[in-house]
Amino acid sequence: MGSKRVIMEVQKTALYNYHKNLGAKFVPFAGYEMPIQYKDGIVKEHISTRTHAGFFDVSHMGQFFLEGDETLITALEKIIPADLKNLKINHSKYSFLLNNEGGIIDDLIITRTEKGFCIILNAACKENDIKQISQFLKKNHKHLLNNDLSLIALQGPKSVEILEKLIPGVANLKFMTGNNFKYEGENLYVTRSGYTGEDGFEISISNTKVEKLIDYLISNEVKPIGLGARDTLRLEAGLCLYGHDLNEKINPVEANLKWAIAKKRKEVGGFNGWEKIKNLLANGSEKIRVGIKPDGKVIARENTKIFTSDNNEIGFVTSGTFGPSVNAPVAMGYVKSEFSEVGTSIQLEVRGKKYGGKISELPFYKKSYVK
Amino acid sequence: MSEKKFSKKHEWVSLDGEVATVGITKHATEMLGDIVFVEVPDAGKAVEKEGQAAVVESTKAASDVYSPISGEITEGNKAIADDPGSVNLDPEGASWFFKLKIKDKSEYDTLMSKDEYDKFCKENPS
Repeated sequence: MGSKRVIMEVQKTALYNYHKNLGAKFVPFAGYEMPIQYKDGIVKEHISTRTHAGFFDVSHMGQFFLEGDETLITALEKIIPADLKNLKINHSKYSFLLNNEGGIIDDLIITRTEKGFCIILNAACKENDIKQISQFLKKNHKHLLNNDLSLIALQGPKSVEILEKLIPGVANLKFMTGNNFKYEGENLYVTRSGYTGEDGFEISISNTKVEKLIDYLISNEVKPIGLGARDTLRLEAGLCLYGHDLNEKINPVEANLKWAIAKKRKEVGGFNGWEKIKNLLANGSEKIRVGIKPDGKVIARENTKIFTSDNNEIGFVTSGTFGPSVNAPVAMGYVKSEFSEVGTSIQLEVRGKKYGGKISELPFYKKSYVK
Repeated sequence: MSEKKFSKKHEWVSLDGEVATVGITKHATEMLGDIVFVEVPDAGKAVEKEGQAAVVESTKAASDVYSPISGEITEGNKAIADDPGSVNLDPEGASWFFKLKIKDKSEYDTLMSKDEYDKFCKENPS
């Protein structure tokens, strides 16, 4: 008693009560109360996303809108290594915010809009991201983190059939493109994208209409999917989770994400950390992100140490779980580059005991995007 | 076989002469969710009351399984190590974790009855 307490206000998405009525179990995540799972549990939620369709409330993520003239492109290209100049309207790219050492401040999806750009930011990073981006903005660049919008991911093989019935035209979208559509007399923005390795959409919709959209999805047997299955799905798809597989001390070359730096930008540079990244692109990095498959059933979770077969420590696990579609444990981590070849035998130290494993190809589960 | 007794760490024990069978409760499996990894002890291992004896992992997290009673392991249930998901289906029956030869029956006597355990779970929701 009498001790000082810092009271952090926990945020909730517009669908909080809706999740509660669906039987969600909540966990604190990036300052939000978010569903970790619903009544079905993680494995069933995972499988129903892969075989039918699932929806994810990802409204905790930042929807950051920027408007401006050509100088906005120049400003953003200082911190984002994508080719924004040649990004077509309604096209999206996976990219990063980089610091001066080439470390990843956040990973993101950036979409060219009619008036500028929309960037989807990780919930835990969004405030800092905006601070970092703002350093490069000019007075005539407008920006807004829009909290009046929800973001719903609809993922799985039946997504297109189900959403096309409600919002005609979405079936024509190709992977990593988007457009404006009408729904309930309002504008909404739909992109063909996601983070599960499945075909699907991300729908930016006003907080006042989102429940109605979810009613429709549920009436089409789309299951609610929590953060637990979101994690197993993205890990099977070989996708990184910021704060675990990526952080400010890791650069895109080490993260095995050099494909996400535009070819032109690799040559010409002009973004934070380019000198360092140019050097790493030419000479390789000391450590690199790899896929890992334990030989047996043991799960190598985050921070599990990785050893060679003759007991030299070579790295650590950054994400690890059981992959329901692979029906085996899967993991990602960083190892010294000379041990990164697919098929290399390794040992994983779990609860003080060493278990065999192998460096594996990523993804563990084959993607089926509509190109 | 004697009446099942329960621990505060959500294990159950049944006793057949000097040999106890230990598993995790249905309530425990509901809290854990989908079980994807199980490690059971080898025969011959000595365990203490409330000492770590086995491991159970769900999609969410890894947990230790404690022995509610002291003794020497006579058998670990290899069937659940091969098929961890079976623990969710029959935790208080076929999916027992290990058997042990007990040292002191009074440790068994002090564990909770079914009614006491149900009440304990209600009062300590997690």
